[in-house]
Amino acid sequence: MSVGLFILVAVIKILITLFVLLTAVAYTVWLERKVVGHIQNRWGPTRVGPFGLLQPAADGIKFLFKEDITPPHVYKPLYIAAPMIAVVFALTSIAVIPIGNFIWIGNAHIPLQITDVNIGLLVVLGITSLGVYGVALSGWSSNNKYSLLGGLRASAQMISYEIALGLSLVGVLILAGSFSLRDIVDAQSGHFWGFIPKWNIFYGGQFIAFFVYLMAAYAETNRIPFDLPEAESELTAGYHTEYSAMKFAMFFMAEYANMITVACLATLLFLGGWHGPLFGPYILQCLLPVFWFVAKIFVFLFIYIWVRGTLPRFRYDQLMAFGWKFLLPVAIANLVITALIVALKS
Amino acid sequence: MLHLGLFLIFGLVCVAGAVNLLVQRHPINSALSLVVVMGALAAEYLLLGAEFVAAVQVIVYAGAIMVLFVFVIMLLNAGEEERTRGSHVALLIGVPGLLLGVITMTWVLLKRSGTLEVSIGSLPGPPKVLGWLLFHDFLLPFEVTSILVLIAIMGAVVLASRPETPQPAPRGRAQ
Repeated sequence: MSVGLFILVAVIKILITLFVLLTAVAYTVWLERKVVGHIQNRWGPTRVGPFGLLQPAADGIKFLFKEDITPPHVYKPLYIAAPMIAVVFALTSIAVIPIGNFIWIGNAHIPLQITDVNIGLLVVLGITSLGVYGVALSGWSSNNKYSLLGGLRASAQMISYEIALGLSLVGVLILAGSFSLRDIVDAQSGHFWGFIPKWNIFYGGQFIAFFVYLMAAYAETNRIPFDLPEAESELTAGYHTEYSAMKFAMFFMAEYANMITVACLATLLFLGGWHGPLFGPYILQCLLPVFWFVAKIFVFLFIYIWVRGTLPRFRYDQLMAFGWKFLLPVAIANLVITALIVALKS
Repeated sequence: MLHLGLFLIFGLVCVAGAVNLLVQRHPINSALSLVVVMGALAAEYLLLGAEFVAAVQVIVYAGAIMVLFVFVIMLLNAGEEERTRGSHVALLIGVPGLLLGVITMTWVLLKRSGTLEVSIGSLPGPPKVLGWLLFHDFLLPFEVTSILVLIAIMGAVVLASRPETPQPAPRGRAQ
């Protein structure tokens, strides 16, 4: 492939991915309002468009035209930078996530991924670990006690749960023997006992790791039942109390983009990525992997929203005890057992 | 060529971040400059071919340790620092010492440039190689270091924990 064609393909992939991701972020908000509405015996958004489907567009326009208030006592450089940090790191990590296998156009061999790096998983973890600065700095620079408490809670919580999150992934890495997300998915192809897919959640005994990951991921994205950084009943709105208009929307986008990243990672590492039944003509066989990938993400996001509609919030000491005294030991035990099994087998 | 250009750019960013760390008067700006230094260093490692070290540099230093720094600054609510006139001792001993250090380092590097050269992409990068080195060739030093770190952590916990004095039980609450 020539350099010009390579750059053209890369730019097209980046534009498509960004467009799809931002649309997905907007419609995850719609999905959440709709599903939580039905859980609570309401209708959710219904007025704008059929089934309220144009609600995200209306919300976007509203955010753009609202008055952007900067309170007088904030530390301005960081107050302005914080939402940008949050949204940039939330959107960047999608760059290494493969959404499907290869496709052939003419004789160009194009992977369905912006870039394939051989430490893909570590890149995602690194970028998401930097995302905490957006929350922490917004809390500090707002010069507001609620914001500060929210920022403090967020940084403590995200560091605590990152350890359990990281350890829950090591079992998968041992089974696949690679950091590349594409290799990890390829290691999960095929079936055992004739019909059960060889996904990590079924095959490698990573069932426990999946649940540790699930809970740590909820805490990492500051979602109910771990949404203490923005606990409305105690902290007004937590770290984004002083933000309005598009700056507030950036925090919102960052939260939902992080949810999607976490769902992508769960799909790639535990649910077999884009593997699923393939049939039909060539075009369909090219598109089906992407469909399976998106379907698995949808299921994961649905569970996310379901949990939000069902569970109450933790108390802060419960949150810390749960992370350090339950999730971390379970993750370590899972890691040791997986390593033992792999070592005995080889 | 592209690699060398990027290497120089990130090197400049790194040095600029380090200078900014010293110049800034507010602790949180200094801490953020240090994050920039860490990030630039990670990029340098990546350019040298040590991709695993680069990723760990970002995850551990920029993503965890510096977050704790920022956390402590936020928790103590540290304000702006005053600018002092500078001490004569620092001027008389520090500047010649720094110059001496730089000259020695340059001399050593120039003298042994043939043997010490690290070309771009030549460091052991893949996690497999690194793991083999850590858990096979250097197993004993690695384990000794981890025990040392553990001792340091336990010492910090012992020092930070309050001395146990019998306290009266709070009223109206069961133990």
